[in-house]
Amino acid sequence: MSRATLWLLLALLLAAAGSLAAGKVWVPLDAWTSADPRSIIIVELRLPRTILALIVGAALGVAGAAMQGYLRNPLADPGLFGVSSGAALGAVCALFFGYAAQAWLLPLFALAGAAATMAALALIAGRSASLVVFTLAGMVLTSLTGSLTALAISLAPTPFVASEIVTWLMGALTDRSWNDVGLALPLVTIGLAVLARTAPALDALTLGETAARSLGVEPRRLQRAIVLGVALTVGATVATAGVIGFVGLMVPHLVRPLARHRPGATLWPSALAGALLVTVADTLVRLVPSASELRLGIAMSLLGAPFFLYLLLRLRRRLA
Amino acid sequence: MSALTTEALTLSLGGRRVLEEVTLTLAPGRVTALLGPNGAGKSSLLACLAALRRPDSGAATLDGKDVATLPARERARRIGFLPQQADVHWDVDVRALVALGRLPWRGRGAADAADRAAVERALEATAMTALAGRPVEQLSGGERARALLARVLAGEPEWLLADEPLASLDPAHQLDVGARLRAVATAGAGVVLVVHDLNLAARLADSVVLLRAGRVVAAGDTAAVLTPEAIAATYGVAVEVGVTARGERYIVPVGRV
Repeated sequence: MSRATLWLLLALLLAAAGSLAAGKVWVPLDAWTSADPRSIIIVELRLPRTILALIVGAALGVAGAAMQGYLRNPLADPGLFGVSSGAALGAVCALFFGYAAQAWLLPLFALAGAAATMAALALIAGRSASLVVFTLAGMVLTSLTGSLTALAISLAPTPFVASEIVTWLMGALTDRSWNDVGLALPLVTIGLAVLARTAPALDALTLGETAARSLGVEPRRLQRAIVLGVALTVGATVATAGVIGFVGLMVPHLVRPLARHRPGATLWPSALAGALLVTVADTLVRLVPSASELRLGIAMSLLGAPFFLYLLLRLRRRLA
Repeated sequence: MSALTTEALTLSLGGRRVLEEVTLTLAPGRVTALLGPNGAGKSSLLACLAALRRPDSGAATLDGKDVATLPARERARRIGFLPQQADVHWDVDVRALVALGRLPWRGRGAADAADRAAVERALEATAMTALAGRPVEQLSGGERARALLARVLAGEPEWLLADEPLASLDPAHQLDVGARLRAVATAGAGVVLVVHDLNLAARLADSVVLLRAGRVVAAGDTAAVLTPEAIAATYGVAVEVGVTARGERYIVPVGRV
């Protein structure tokens, strides 16, 4: 384990502790386990929320790193396959038809949405493992599911449903319970395991597709693993926290120098840095003085969009 | 060391026949140049030998086994392939780039001492040791070509197949990389190159295969095959063949036939 990884782990521990302590009610360290009435805030609210932040951050970070490695594009984002907007559409359907009354139905719909988009992606891309067809298919699905979501908002039976949908689309970790942790943890764990196994193939893709194949990489198998891994990690994230953009885009960039720019070695540091970013951001949104809590999804976009622009300008200079 | 052969290899791409009944035996320990005009099927033949393309009929075989059905990892260990495009998508350093050549040997595990030793040998063989820590984007064209060659050498394959490895290099680097390819063959591996430059082929290759429209025009020892008649039949040009004071042959095209 490198020194940088250790620092990341240490920062992560501090961030998690901060996330447990901070909020409308400050809970100091000595009140966490005692009979203090505030300990219930820790156990029932802050602990599941913090753990979910770690899971969501790790999932989005690794999904982003895997997608950037696979597409060999530093601007790629897990949203690009349409998986996250497909999952969002599923959740929106649950809200639209009023199924969200049962708490477990919304995440189920979201996962179904992710799975359906994934199946459509496989169907459109067909047996060809071509990167271009695949990326374009993902873009088509992203815009299709996006417009269906917009349709659902405009046709919402009551203004209340419309506002519920819009609020949900701006992802957040507010009031998440142990149920959400129970849902996300196994799916994300499997997804991360699948993506971790693609590391050598992602490294090989540094040399382009032909050379990677000559090194024993099987493109179709790799593509299946990437799609499955991204669908599981991103699907589970959207199902429990809504749409949180830009984490998968930003995090791999920040850790790439630690991995000496090797795409495979970027995966695990991205998990740590993603968890760190989301945990810190979710702690900060609680501390912004406002009537209602600032939504994490919005905060991330406010942070992410300028970052994206900065990346673009830097790339432009290098390409010029 | 084993022979790489093709048996009545036929390949179509997009409905067009690009290779027609190609039957060849390539010997290890030699540098073989695939020559022919644009579109003759040189790169396609090389891709079939590396199992990157599957022929319509016939087969490329290594030790009598069809390369297309060899397990991917075994094939990757025995056949190294250097594509024409010098793609490096991330700004890795030279040593990390060269270490990619060890992937078929290490799989998902970490690199072991044998892998690291092979990487150092490859860096040494291409005179890249001093530049091993440098990011690939800071290399010159010639250094980059050497680094990519080192990547293939690190896998220590029985066969090294390279698609125009000398095409984009200046004369000094052509001589340089050519000498390193020659050293690989001398060490016992088989080297197969797609070459455009007749003079480079004449100087570097032990044997040549002349291709035209997907068919073999002639194959055999360089001196015996690279005659004005065979070149005329392959390229449709008249050439003059001369010999330098050092005894090396040169070929100058003088007009269409």
